[in-house]
Amino acid sequence: MTQTPIIELKNLNKTFGTGEEAVVALDDINISIYPGEIFGIIGLSGAGKSTLVRCMNLLERPTAGSVIFDGTDITSLSDKALRNIRRSIGMIFQSFNLLMQRTALDNVCFPLEIAGVPKKEAKARAKELLKTVGLADKEKAYPAQLSGGQKQRVAIARALATNPKVILCDEATSALDPTTTQSILALLKELNQRLGVTIVIITHEMKVIEQICNRVAIIDKSHIEEMGPVDEVFRHPRTQAAKKLIFPSGDVVEEVTGYGKLLRLVFDGNAANRPIIANMVLKCGSPVNIVFADTKRIDDKIYGHMIVQLPENEEKVRQILTYLDMEEIAYEEEEYDVQ
Amino acid sequence: MFSEGMFSLMGTGLLETLYMTVVSTVMAYLIGLPVGMILVVTDKEGIRPNPTINRIVGSIVNLLRSVPFIILLVAVMPVTRFIAGTTIGSTATVVPLVIAAAPFVARMVESSAKEVDRGVIEASLSMGASTLEVVLKVIIPEAKPSLIVGAAIATTTILGYSAMSGVVGGGGLGDIAIRYGYHRSQTDIMLVMVVILVLLVQIFQEIGNIIARKCDKRIR
Repeated sequence: MTQTPIIELKNLNKTFGTGEEAVVALDDINISIYPGEIFGIIGLSGAGKSTLVRCMNLLERPTAGSVIFDGTDITSLSDKALRNIRRSIGMIFQSFNLLMQRTALDNVCFPLEIAGVPKKEAKARAKELLKTVGLADKEKAYPAQLSGGQKQRVAIARALATNPKVILCDEATSALDPTTTQSILALLKELNQRLGVTIVIITHEMKVIEQICNRVAIIDKSHIEEMGPVDEVFRHPRTQAAKKLIFPSGDVVEEVTGYGKLLRLVFDGNAANRPIIANMVLKCGSPVNIVFADTKRIDDKIYGHMIVQLPENEEKVRQILTYLDMEEIAYEEEEYDVQ
Repeated sequence: MFSEGMFSLMGTGLLETLYMTVVSTVMAYLIGLPVGMILVVTDKEGIRPNPTINRIVGSIVNLLRSVPFIILLVAVMPVTRFIAGTTIGSTATVVPLVIAAAPFVARMVESSAKEVDRGVIEASLSMGASTLEVVLKVIIPEAKPSLIVGAAIATTTILGYSAMSGVVGGGGLGDIAIRYGYHRSQTDIMLVMVVILVLLVQIFQEIGNIIARKCDKRIR
């Protein structure tokens, strides 16, 4: 990509505490996020992802390294200049963080109030935003009267109020049920396409990444382990951390006994429509044991993945691999979990 | 014994007590609210951590809080004379009442403000709010119900203190109770004063609770 990034993290380090009690939360993070994309950061809890997103608007000050927003290194800005920059970076949270003593409308007005927008103008804009997120009838409701999904919609409207270039989402759907999660993600995607706003999503759920992200970074133990387009990382995860997140099948593999090779197959788009495994069994005349199977939808394309246990006969294994090569199915040998 | 003169005496006493309580509470809040906010903001978990300021202000608050009111009442007499021109009467009593109540109010305010969800404060910072905006537009409005309950507690405490000032001729119901009830051994008068004080405490507390409930938008 030749575009200039909207957010660029360079050699970012964050250590909490000092001396022997120091805990490294982020270690040499380098990420470039480009305008208009939906960038996902996924990791298990404790991996440092929340600290990472908080560094992007300096809610958390990095110990070293720089945070460049739209060409400006914001780590060296004065408080006042930083507050101005923050108006171009909206943020939504897992626990919504709405002002409980203000109505939905007044919550959306809040960032405008801080930005010094005249009250009348702010109200009009807030009303329009509530309409955008589908809550035109909830203007006068207090957060306590709204459901989780509705609260998050208010929070999204609030984040959009100052016309930000970027919206940071910190586990924004983690407190929501699956259906509500879907609708919030669909809303974010719509806003991204309609307004061109860049979205950064922090999550521990692969489903969220699959559904709306263009690119993904996998963070594990304070490091970025892997980064790239979602379908690529999904098809060919290189690191153990990535595999663990993408194929939460470790438990299954653990319980499998025997000696046959374990093979992980990934079917992309059109292959998912053909009876690959059935044909393979018929053609090679050898049964395989299906250990794990799942299909995912990434960027509106269907991907299937499957773990099969091959027979011990080496000749049969060779036949099977040849067949898979012929069908252009990506495969990779999976280790038995020895623990 | 409940002659007409007695009734008018009681009326004056009631008014003096209300006067001392209300004026002292308002002034105690004028000092205590900002001091409480300084304690919250400079706390190590606050939005502008500053251990030095926090420790200095905290120590002054603790020091004043640990002096028993009856001793403070006498000890600050020179200050009282300087400010009020006299050490006797209701207006003079306001001075020690404020000195005693302001640190108490500061701690009440601090604890109410600490109940405000950290996430909400963080969200407002992410929107570019300044420290002052966070205090005025987020912490105080969000803590309002708790602050009002706190104010009711502070008012009743100050009411109790004001009765104590009768010992040094501070006026009000407490003064009457001590002069007639204690010095002249008219127990019935003392009892009446105590009953009125109890009623006042109940009324203030209940009003506070009702307002707090009414303005809290979290319960619906």
